[in-house]
Amino acid sequence: MFQIRKILFLAIFLLPVLLLGKTIKVCNSCEIRTIKEGVAIATALDTVVIKKGKYNEFDIVIDKPLTLLGENYPIIDGELKGGIIKVISDNVTVDGLFIINVGTSYTEDYAAVRVVKSKNFLIQNLVLEKLFFGIYIEKSRDGRIFHNKIIGDAVEEYNSGNGIQLWYSQNIDIENNIITHVRDGIYLEFANDCRIKNNISSNNLRYGLHFMFSNNDLYENNTFENNGAGVAVMFSKKIKMLTNTFKENWGTASYGLLLKEINDAEITGNIFKENTIGINIEGSNRIRYTKNSFIKNGWAIKVRGACYANIFSNNNFMYNSFDVSYNSKLNDNKFDKNYWSGYTGYDLDKDGIGDVPYRPVKLFSYIVNRTPETIILMRSLFIDIIDFSEKVSPVFTPDNLLDNYPLMKSKND
Amino acid sequence: MLKILKYSFYDLIRSRWSYVYLLFYLALGFVLLFLNNDLSKAVITLMNVIIILVPLIGTIFGVMYYYNSKEFTELLLAQPIKRSSIFLGQYLGVALSLSMSLIIGLGLPFTMYGLFQSNTIWEFLLLLITGTFLTLIFTALAFNIALYNENKIKGFSYAILLWLFMAVIYDGLFLMSLIMFESYPLDKFSIGVTLFNPIDLSRILILLKLDISALLGYTGAVFQKFFGTNLGVILSCVALSIWVFLPTFNIYRKSKKKDF
Repeated sequence: MFQIRKILFLAIFLLPVLLLGKTIKVCNSCEIRTIKEGVAIATALDTVVIKKGKYNEFDIVIDKPLTLLGENYPIIDGELKGGIIKVISDNVTVDGLFIINVGTSYTEDYAAVRVVKSKNFLIQNLVLEKLFFGIYIEKSRDGRIFHNKIIGDAVEEYNSGNGIQLWYSQNIDIENNIITHVRDGIYLEFANDCRIKNNISSNNLRYGLHFMFSNNDLYENNTFENNGAGVAVMFSKKIKMLTNTFKENWGTASYGLLLKEINDAEITGNIFKENTIGINIEGSNRIRYTKNSFIKNGWAIKVRGACYANIFSNNNFMYNSFDVSYNSKLNDNKFDKNYWSGYTGYDLDKDGIGDVPYRPVKLFSYIVNRTPETIILMRSLFIDIIDFSEKVSPVFTPDNLLDNYPLMKSKND
Repeated sequence: MLKILKYSFYDLIRSRWSYVYLLFYLALGFVLLFLNNDLSKAVITLMNVIIILVPLIGTIFGVMYYYNSKEFTELLLAQPIKRSSIFLGQYLGVALSLSMSLIIGLGLPFTMYGLFQSNTIWEFLLLLITGTFLTLIFTALAFNIALYNENKIKGFSYAILLWLFMAVIYDGLFLMSLIMFESYPLDKFSIGVTLFNPIDLSRILILLKLDISALLGYTGAVFQKFFGTNLGVILSCVALSIWVFLPTFNIYRKSKKKDF
């Protein structure tokens, strides 16, 4: 009886220790001097602690459930030789490392951290610099990428990589990361059920965030600033875009948000400020745009064609050069209860809704769509005159494209 | 000539209309900057005003001054003074006093709101330079119209028509031709057409210097490539100078032959 109790006691006492595994220390003056060695002698569930210092290593393969923990940001220098950390096991944590000099290759996508066919990974508190690809998740699921800082030095699109890339991956959280100066800040290809929150993606060559063939994803509270284009969502379904900020994506071919072949998405509470084109829409159907603010953009919304059954309601359109641009006379989209700063109507019954419908498409934007060269007449007196006459009696712009219930006051005031 | 210029100039800057014009610009500048402290935004708004208003004021004022001082001109003609110096002196007197109102009227508020510390100084200078050019051009054109028409009503209508043509109708024709020939490459054509209208030329010169030029897209890039180079800048200055020189030369030529 006593024996059994003793064994039980020991078992209870030792179980957590067994589960937690042991800790292996790596430092420049320790017994174990390289991370590779540390990983090699570790067994499953161990923690490899990397002390402050500089480690010139690449191709570190983690093939068992380990925690790789850096203390005071040790530097791992890949010396431009290739990828640096490769995770091929489930339940791996990589935490607190400073990784620099990832190799560049045109045949292989070298990444600072690559996760291949793994589950339940956690990648956090990393700082990546001078990289090709940053964090590359491949055919993995149920992971979390949290609080990393990725600072690239990309100059040209063809020879630079993406900050965070997901490929054939499911159920991944990407939160609180800061990504700058790479090709695409975050790139999702065939990645479903992912949540992207509170990231800041700025000064990237191509897109701040890029979806390709990815469904049921959510991105929320992110900031996309001064990218080639803020966010590109292409060939994807059921994407939720909530309370993001798209600003200063300014240039001759820049967009805040680019939608191409998107169906059933929800775009709510976002702020589009000072972009050349706020949202560029092409072949996108059944999208609900609500409570967004479009402020001081060149074009707030540019509809390129094949867009049906979209609903724009309760948005603010303020001080855009063009509110809405359309390239056809056909309209199947609905504008309802938006605030338009260009609205000049009145509200006699004081219910907050203007009595005269508002026509968001100006004649000039219609002409520019037909003949792009005519944009050179922008801000000419003649253009103001024809815009005015078109407003009074529409001839060229789609006559059913109007907001029947324009708000008198913007929503956020 | 200088004496006549001096006389016309002093006569004009003492007149009420110069003060009204000056005060208008002062008020405009201050109100704009008071409502919106952003200098570069104010430059955009001012551009709209300058491109429409400066030519209008230039033409109307020019014609008006010529007709009003006609008796004095006839008196001068009886004196041993060269004809060209009488008319050129009067023209320069009007044009310079108008330009001065413009430069002081806009320069003062902008300087007080810290123009020299901001980086919009070049845009602003460009604005003033094109404004001055437009004044010179349209006053000269107005003098031409007045010289050719003894009838005041006719002269005024031609002057207004000229302004309407340059500011509005020209752009309408330009737009029509762009749409009609949309299947042809129109880059060189549109650059050429712009060079032929000082109002359009000034508008595009200023637009290209502002942030808003990103909206111009591909066409803007073509224009930027042309007007951004030294050749483009020189060419547009030459175009504006020709616009000043030709009407002025015609004043000189016409005034020599004209019967009074």
